[in-house]
Amino acid sequence: MSEFITLSLFASTLHLSVPVILPMLGGLLCERSGVVNIGLEGMMLSGAFGAVVFSYLTGNPWLGLGGAVLSGLISGGMLAIMSVLLRGDQVISSTAINLIGAGLTAALVPIIWGIDGTTPSVPKIPTLPLPLLPQLPVIGPLLGELSMIDVLAFALVFIVWWVLMRTDVGLRLRACGESAAAADAAGIAVTRVRIAAVILSGVLAALGGAYLSIVTLDLFQASMTQGRGFLALAAMVFGKWRVGPAFLVCLGFGLADAVALRAQIFTDELPHDLLFALPYLLALVALATFVGRASGPADVGKPFRRA
Amino acid sequence: MSLEPPLCPAAIRLTGIDKRFGAVHANRAIDLTVQSGSIHGLLGENGAGKSTLMKILFGMIHADAGMIEIDGAPVTFRSSAEALGAGIGMVQQHFSLIGAFSVTENLIMGRATGSLAMRMVRRLDLPRAARRAQELSDCFGFGIDPFARVSTLSVGARQKVEILKALWGGARTLVLDEPTAALSPPEAEELYALLDRLRAEGTTIVLISHKMPEIMRLCDRVTVLRDGAVVGEAELSGKDLARPAVRQLIEAHLVQMMIGRGNPELPQRAPKEGPLILDVRGLTDGVQFGPLDLKVHGSEIVAVVGVEGNGQSELVDLLMGLRKATDGLIAIDGHNVIDWSTQRRLDAGIAHIAEDRHATGVADGMSLIDNASIGFVDGKPFSTGPWFLSLRQRRLLTETLIERHQVRPPAADIPMASLSGGNQQKLVVGRELARAPRLLIAAQPTRGLDVGSTSAVHRALLDLRAGGSAILLPSLDLAEVFAIADRLVVLRKGQIVGRMTAAQFEIDQIGRWMSGSQGDPAPGPPCPDAPKQMDTAL
Repeated sequence: MSEFITLSLFASTLHLSVPVILPMLGGLLCERSGVVNIGLEGMMLSGAFGAVVFSYLTGNPWLGLGGAVLSGLISGGMLAIMSVLLRGDQVISSTAINLIGAGLTAALVPIIWGIDGTTPSVPKIPTLPLPLLPQLPVIGPLLGELSMIDVLAFALVFIVWWVLMRTDVGLRLRACGESAAAADAAGIAVTRVRIAAVILSGVLAALGGAYLSIVTLDLFQASMTQGRGFLALAAMVFGKWRVGPAFLVCLGFGLADAVALRAQIFTDELPHDLLFALPYLLALVALATFVGRASGPADVGKPFRRA
Repeated sequence: MSLEPPLCPAAIRLTGIDKRFGAVHANRAIDLTVQSGSIHGLLGENGAGKSTLMKILFGMIHADAGMIEIDGAPVTFRSSAEALGAGIGMVQQHFSLIGAFSVTENLIMGRATGSLAMRMVRRLDLPRAARRAQELSDCFGFGIDPFARVSTLSVGARQKVEILKALWGGARTLVLDEPTAALSPPEAEELYALLDRLRAEGTTIVLISHKMPEIMRLCDRVTVLRDGAVVGEAELSGKDLARPAVRQLIEAHLVQMMIGRGNPELPQRAPKEGPLILDVRGLTDGVQFGPLDLKVHGSEIVAVVGVEGNGQSELVDLLMGLRKATDGLIAIDGHNVIDWSTQRRLDAGIAHIAEDRHATGVADGMSLIDNASIGFVDGKPFSTGPWFLSLRQRRLLTETLIERHQVRPPAADIPMASLSGGNQQKLVVGRELARAPRLLIAAQPTRGLDVGSTSAVHRALLDLRAGGSAILLPSLDLAEVFAIADRLVVLRKGQIVGRMTAAQFEIDQIGRWMSGSQGDPAPGPPCPDAPKQMDTAL
């Protein structure tokens, strides 16, 4: 059992949690501004796809990352237009984003590459080892396997928390989510704040998708996000729309994923599919039991229109 | 009291303000001058155009014509932010506070200046803002804790936070829209003292109200609006209001201007004792309500008063079967109905005028015919068979109701939403009376109605009482309670903390019960001479 719980389990926990953390941050910003976003899954998929396409076309994986950002701007922009500007039902608008994300990416693969399902390999983001860190005692071996990209993702957790909870911009954003009318009366441009938050959530979710397609792997596969967008949503709810707790839940999902992967190596007796269902089961149990009646921002889901 | 020379420019001068919403002429060439450092009353019935006028002043609505001058300089506000910048603060009837935020966060939200990048990076200095809030609060005696979460504050305290918010933004002129609508009498008195203090410090205040006593208590000058036009003005400062004769004369004059005729008289009524109709014992929902005992006899109007949210809605829902009781007994004419469905209770002779007309009283998009017959379950008495609902019968009922209760416009086929609130309520009252109920639960039946509609509803209730029915009247309007109730009970935290008969009605004692300044809920009724002893105990 001792070789089961190893440093590499810790490292793979961190790696596996990043593609849940990024969309979680996006969803959290979006919902704290008052817009329900269950479209994270579709935004992730189109981000993963955009990254592979740009990396394939340019041969430069960093431009692939730019492609993910672009697809995030588009999917987030579409949701912003539907749910904020046109005041459509937010659940239905973001479901549309999910359907478009899954359908369009799966359809474009054969159109671009001429093969169904999985694309050929494209240039991936190189693993940039961190300077100094691996040499440090204790945390060196623990965190040494992380690349720059991972560190940036974790830094984003802190940045989002800081902006949301400690700055004027964050206060404005939270005000829009708690009471759009009160925010409006205080001179806050509710519509503008919400549009910005929705678009940002698209970009963050797309980056989460790109992490899967051109950081972890080097290809795009139809439905490759496997529900991580929904896991991110579950983490947000379980963390009661707070950055810190939701981040910890994401790590928990990452750990469950890592355990499933390792168990696959160590034993043949357990069916693999069941093991990979572990994070989802965990999410289900967590949502049904511990959270109780989770209460989100008071004005979430309500389109805002000036009287 | 001041003998200020008219040389000093008025804090606010509105000239020829005119505004139409479609066919409605909300403001007709209104002129209004508010002297600096005074409290100026804006008196008028609902729909007289007070709120529209003030929203124009505050930049929320744009006038079709007219001019606004602040301290002698003409201005045009395109948004409320610009009005705030010019030193005008407005406290709306519906608070714009965020419950999940602290008082300080509510004060500073949206106020920071600087570039977007700086505002995204720089830490908000909450402690410093809290200190300033504390100073401001101490200076005027608000008694507000800047760190308190707004959702934990009472309505009165939230009202003060709203005022604090306006002052925080540098407001020198405050507009208050019906500030005491949701306050208990002691809370209202506290607010009056605060406004007095603000005036003494030089703040100009415009008070929108239709409550005579508070206008008389506070205002230096009052402008009366009716049907969107100024119908008169009266100087109150310098008048000897302590003399009842003077006071009554001025009040009568103002009411006359406000409603365009004398104050409508209610028919005389003599106390009658009918049989016991509603008998509630030990009723509780197992959460926050009860246990509660209550009896209502025939030919009796029993008012349920209390600060909003102290169990009035729960009581009505429990009686109607809209909320499940965990224990207790509800007897109607001796039958225990506690396990009955709402439909069976309606059949047993309970009628219900819903507290929130828009949520549960009417269906806005449906016609008057549908709304007039909607509560008659099973289609009785309109159906001639199981599959057929007679439109003719329903129209007949609707037209009868429209005629009997003077619903305007008298058209049965138009949608409910095209009627004013008062006319909608007349139809609802008529519908419920048409059941010929043994017990009528009239929850705030005149909320938001003007004087004319209010007295029509009151007259209908008194007619029903004369017919021997029992009436339960949960109301926030003590004037209404004093006018028509035979008895009252005071609810606080889901329990009855005081009972009085009409002969004993005394507002100070009721206020103490409502605010709980007399200790915790006591189960039994107090002795009749309790009030005077309690005074010294305070």
